[in-house]
Amino acid sequence: MSLEETGFAVFLGLLSLLCVVLAGKAVDPVFGFHAALGAAASAGGLFLIVRAYIDRAGAVAPQEIDGRPNYNYGPVRFAAVIAMFWGIAGFLAGLYIALELAFPQLNLGLPWTSFGRLRPLHTSAVIFAFGGNVLIATSLYVVQRTCRARLPGVVLPWFVVLGYNMFIVLAATGYLLGVTEGKEYAEPEWYVDLWLTVVWVCYLFLFLGTLWKRKEPHIYVANWFTLAFIVTIAMLHLGNNATIPVSFFGSKSYIYWSGVQDAMVQWWYGHNAVGFFLTAGFLAIMYYFVPKRANRPVYSYRLSIVHFWALIFIYIWAGPHHLHYTALPEWASTLGMTFSIMLWMPSWGGMINGLMTLSGAWDKLRTDPVLRMLVVSVAFYGMSTFEGPLMSIKAVNSLSHYTDWTIGHVHSGALGWVGYVSFGALYCLIPWVFGKKDIYSLKLVDWHFWISTLGIVLYISAMWVSGIMQGLMWRAYTSLGFLQYSFVETVEAMHPYYVIRALGGFLFLCGAIIMAVNLYLTIRRGEPADQQAPNAALAAAE
Amino acid sequence: MSLFEKHAVFEKNSIVLLLGILIAVAIGGLVEIVPLFYLKGTIETADGVRPATPLELAGRNVYIREGCYLCHSQMIRPMRDEIERYGHFSLAAESQYDHPFQWGSKRTGPDLARVGGKYSDAWHVAHLTDPRSVVPASVMPTYAFLKEAPVRSVDIADHLKVLKLEGVPYTDEDIANAGADMAAQADPNADVKGLTSRYPKTTVADFDGNPAKVSEMDALIAYLQSLGTFVDFSTYDDKANLR
Amino acid sequence: MEFTYEQVAIFAQQSGLVYFFLIFCFIIAYAVWPKNKEKFDHASRIPFEED
Repeated sequence: MSLEETGFAVFLGLLSLLCVVLAGKAVDPVFGFHAALGAAASAGGLFLIVRAYIDRAGAVAPQEIDGRPNYNYGPVRFAAVIAMFWGIAGFLAGLYIALELAFPQLNLGLPWTSFGRLRPLHTSAVIFAFGGNVLIATSLYVVQRTCRARLPGVVLPWFVVLGYNMFIVLAATGYLLGVTEGKEYAEPEWYVDLWLTVVWVCYLFLFLGTLWKRKEPHIYVANWFTLAFIVTIAMLHLGNNATIPVSFFGSKSYIYWSGVQDAMVQWWYGHNAVGFFLTAGFLAIMYYFVPKRANRPVYSYRLSIVHFWALIFIYIWAGPHHLHYTALPEWASTLGMTFSIMLWMPSWGGMINGLMTLSGAWDKLRTDPVLRMLVVSVAFYGMSTFEGPLMSIKAVNSLSHYTDWTIGHVHSGALGWVGYVSFGALYCLIPWVFGKKDIYSLKLVDWHFWISTLGIVLYISAMWVSGIMQGLMWRAYTSLGFLQYSFVETVEAMHPYYVIRALGGFLFLCGAIIMAVNLYLTIRRGEPADQQAPNAALAAAE
Repeated sequence: MSLFEKHAVFEKNSIVLLLGILIAVAIGGLVEIVPLFYLKGTIETADGVRPATPLELAGRNVYIREGCYLCHSQMIRPMRDEIERYGHFSLAAESQYDHPFQWGSKRTGPDLARVGGKYSDAWHVAHLTDPRSVVPASVMPTYAFLKEAPVRSVDIADHLKVLKLEGVPYTDEDIANAGADMAAQADPNADVKGLTSRYPKTTVADFDGNPAKVSEMDALIAYLQSLGTFVDFSTYDDKANLR
Repeated sequence: MEFTYEQVAIFAQQSGLVYFFLIFCFIIAYAVWPKNKEKFDHASRIPFEED
């Protein structure tokens, strides 16, 4: 057994024992359940390592076959497929809570079906489960291909992928059972956070390890963005989850930060989760998959370098714009606003770089719906990165804050940018890693594109109208100088828009289901790629 | 070996890139966060702000567990309409003992920063049990199940201990009496001298109207009734805390 | 140690201006430096040179 296999086997064995002890001494049922789950999963992991060791019978997967790198696609395949599963689960949860806001009876009076518990489930499922698995799948694929090197290790890649999904399971079941830190987008409790830290450090080393093995002197720009995503998320995660458990055998903990400082740390985390998870990570996808699918190099590599550094330097400052006019000192909120406005430039630099990659090949948008999806995602990126700086201006924010406008803004970025760029990437990636020529049916991709585009348009326009209307109603006065509307009148006025929003979400979900069917058919019935030259249709470079 | 040396340089490059990224992303956070701990006036001086009683703390944990913060803010901004609708704008001092803060980011429902004392306990019970019985157009979920669930009291002293470790000024006496204080606050017949001297402005009542047990609804209502009631704004001097 | 609002504001504004301006100049210089052109042209074709 190699040192790596032994190390992981011992670690998982010990972890399994520790979890048994924790389960036995648990002071609350959810912690006990999670510890039992952890014990079972780590024992399962140990079993898989041993079985794989016996199966391989001393043979080690070669680094190269016939002088060509022997890429490790197993973990990529797993992450890509499970991303689609989590995506549908997350969109479904989103649709359900959207309906709850329109028809509150759907909360059913049960703790685990009420909006307050399902909403973190929705956000985490789409951001961390769907988005995270897409990022892991694409980053591990791209780093191997652009470094022309196989992922290091035998267990490590699988540990990262399976460990990350274990984190998802722990977080999601915890939300439903009422275990939460109460910090938006960072709800998992202390032990789940610790587990994610372990997995994330492994992810960093897996990624760096591949970079270290590379046969290509230059590190391609997509990998820069991925590295920034991994490193920054690690920093944010540790900073925002500095928490002390009440008991080491219980799930409840109290965050070290309090009040105004906690608010600042939270939105430093929260906004940069957007900046580095949902932007930098997915820009890495853009910088690989758009050129690849369009079959032309990125418009300007120089611009991509300026884009990269300007984006990461400026993004990290933007957090306080979530706290305008609150008890946060004004200097901090002004700084946040200033940098948010400056951020418009690098964002649009990136958008221009992505869009202009198509220059001279615009006709492909007519014939290739996958490329169209990728390009429209970049257009949505441009739109939401214009809207974002606008909403960070204090005067605008005084109207938009606390309203559905924010929700609409988030979803134009999440559905339009993150969703579409992920869909585009998966449509490319699944055939590549399963050895197929192309996606099973481009016609179905076309259907997916138009149905979900209609869904997005309905969603964001409904939220714009309801958000601005809500903001204006809150501040409306009668001619006698009294507040014109009671709060509940503004709630009532939202109803039609909440119904339209749910309809938009339903269409988006339908699109994703069409996609899942298409991907399934690709894997099952897709035409095999030419063995001699994989990606022959695409690889014909200059 | 020249090949080996070349390889070492490559490795170094990825580390250089990593360090460059770390420096780029560390500075913004440091500049925005660290001064908040040192800058005079980040948290105003306001008389009356006290840590939550054990029952209020338990209620706060129910509030967090059920995700109330996802629809209700606890941060009144200094705009005319908000002040008229909800009361004096929120001070940083008022949430200084909140681990975590619950300012929120969305008002699907109204702000709760000063909901304390605005409605009767009975109204809260009716509203939590069936929101639409008192506010017909409400879209809030029903929380009738809180009335059945007994509040968790066995380890409440440990909760106070952890918070004390994090800087909340609970005294050893507060911690020693945590369990008793919790029961006493929900019992109108209890001797509450100790409780009210340790925690001024504490409302003592059988919040959920069921004297048989201290339920999670008792705790949640105790918490809601305490929100925004600590600082006396008739004597508070806004100008003393201009910043 | 405690600072006043003005002290922090002046420090942040002035040093921030210098800091970001220098960084920006450095990045632009690196990106458009003629000597780097070949390197970048090669890098932009990495996705197409894989097996």
